[in-house]
Amino acid sequence: MANMITRVLTGVAASPGIAIAKAYRMQRAEFVPVKEKIGDAKSEQERLRTAVEEARVELGKIRELTEQRLGAAKAEIFEAHIMLLEDPDLIDAALEKIENEGVNAEYALYEVAQSFIDILSAMDNELLRERAADVRDVSGRVIGRLRGQTHTAVSDIVEETIVIADDLTPSDTAQLKPAYVKGFVTEIGSRTSHSAIMARSLEIPAIVGAGAETSEIRSGMTVILDAVEGRVLVNPSEEELEEYRRKKEAYERRRAELRRLAGLPTVSKDGHRVELAANIGSVDDLQKVLENGAEGIGLFRTEFLYMGRSSLPTEEEQYQIYKHVLEKMENKPVVIRTLDIGGDKELPYMKLPVESNPFLGLRAVRLCLSRQDLFRTQLRALLRASRFGQLKIMFPMIAVVEEWMEAKRLLEEEKQRLLQEGVEVSGRIEVGMMIEVPAAALASEMFAKEADFFSIGTNDLIQYTMAADRMNETVSYLYQPCHPTILRLIRMVIQAANKEGKWVGMCGEMAGDARAIPILLGMGLYEFSMSAGFILPAREFIMQTSRTEWAAYIDSLLAMRSQTEIEQFVQAKKGSASE
Amino acid sequence: MISRSFTVLNPSGFHARPTKLFVQQASAFPCKITVSKNDKKVNGKSSLSMLTLGIEQNDVVTLEADGEQEEQALAELGQLLTKIFEE
Repeated sequence: MANMITRVLTGVAASPGIAIAKAYRMQRAEFVPVKEKIGDAKSEQERLRTAVEEARVELGKIRELTEQRLGAAKAEIFEAHIMLLEDPDLIDAALEKIENEGVNAEYALYEVAQSFIDILSAMDNELLRERAADVRDVSGRVIGRLRGQTHTAVSDIVEETIVIADDLTPSDTAQLKPAYVKGFVTEIGSRTSHSAIMARSLEIPAIVGAGAETSEIRSGMTVILDAVEGRVLVNPSEEELEEYRRKKEAYERRRAELRRLAGLPTVSKDGHRVELAANIGSVDDLQKVLENGAEGIGLFRTEFLYMGRSSLPTEEEQYQIYKHVLEKMENKPVVIRTLDIGGDKELPYMKLPVESNPFLGLRAVRLCLSRQDLFRTQLRALLRASRFGQLKIMFPMIAVVEEWMEAKRLLEEEKQRLLQEGVEVSGRIEVGMMIEVPAAALASEMFAKEADFFSIGTNDLIQYTMAADRMNETVSYLYQPCHPTILRLIRMVIQAANKEGKWVGMCGEMAGDARAIPILLGMGLYEFSMSAGFILPAREFIMQTSRTEWAAYIDSLLAMRSQTEIEQFVQAKKGSASE
Repeated sequence: MISRSFTVLNPSGFHARPTKLFVQQASAFPCKITVSKNDKKVNGKSSLSMLTLGIEQNDVVTLEADGEQEEQALAELGQLLTKIFEE
């Protein structure tokens, strides 16, 4: 071959992993039926009905195969395909077209299907555009049957390959045999394509949307598929092959190790139990939360329910969403934070006055107490949903005890009202507060007598303590989570709560930060709430370390002068512990 | 013929699974069912046509039932339109 230069394509890593194999190019030129006039509409209709029936049987088999291999949920797409065959506006419409226009069945179905494909592929919603692929898949299958063909099958592939295609239909993907197909690259598609979702459950690495150059990859070319970085290397050099063999091995070892931990409780080597929870902003995040073995939700940011719309969400809408989250978490703790709007998060439809210093202005609980109507709506929705799981309600930005008392009073009032209306409310709702204003941290001994729990919001606590806007790059050096001053505040809060027998969590970015976790563990933090993706690495670390050992370092850590010194100390101790 | 408007609450809109359930339920009624959004009106017994409405959360859709059991159809299908579905 003349051109042996490695070519690199980039795309979306739709299913993570690394694969090295020869390319297998799937050819599927779309067949466009020719319009023919037919004499006998009745027998042409019969021909279509037979083909539909055959396609239905074929799909039934694929559905069964998929259910066996991937479970019922993944097989559902083929039920949807079977349903398409029963859709009155598709097959019945084609049957009518045969009768009314005297055209052949292939053409009639193609035309009807195409009109739906056109509408669906022009829609804003990614998921609906994917439905266009389903219509193409199903109508193509029936048209193939009409022409006496069975569907092109990737199931015929019996050597190790990386499949290269313009796009893969759900039925293509479901029939991929992971024993042979080591991965696939498609020219178009997104992370939410059905083929991408299937690839993730088959655990086949996949890159989608790799662009027009994908079509230049020929069968037999060696391909490295790096679906961690989203890169495809075509015709790689010996050195690149060697490098990627090592990466692949390391990646797979690491993944297997972490995977084992998903269902386990987080207990340190010396038997200390902590809770690793997830931060979420919407119900869409729940899948990842469950996959990564979160032991609860430590922060549900409800402001996202209020954003991206033109009016306030109603009590009923909020109730449905809170109920859904609580049910999904199956009685694991779910901390829902009441509306934290203002500061950097604005709601245009609320027409809040412009403030010269929004981070120090009317935000979060301050705003809720001044706009009791919207606060009460949220509280009622929360109380009504409480019976569906282990709800914990948390108030943000509390600075002084009066704010706490007032928020609690409103909550209690709404609870009594609901009870009088005969609505069931859980009797075991914990009510806690965020510690993010330095004033509250310094008064934590007093607040610990009041609240059922604390959750430390480090993002704001650090910026208020350091008086530095963390979005302002010129002062971002002051954003130091492991600075001794910050750590002292955190220890003060944990000790104050523990003295009253209350638990403390943390829901800022610091809780998922590998540098901070050993210190927080040593200081006695109970709940660490972080992005779902950080949970398994954090669990792995905690399970291999001793809390007592870290607890013994805390005094000397807090006596240090800077974050750098602390980080070096932690790094050195972590290093020696893993030897 | 009777009709009523509903606001869709499901966070991920009214697509694959909700539509499937809706069409199954709609098909069980003898009356004619139509659904419209922004003046576009489709057959409520066809999931394909329902999908072309692109119904998202907070969209207002109008449900129309015409014929036998129209009252019951409107009540039951209206509930589905405002339901939050499991992911």
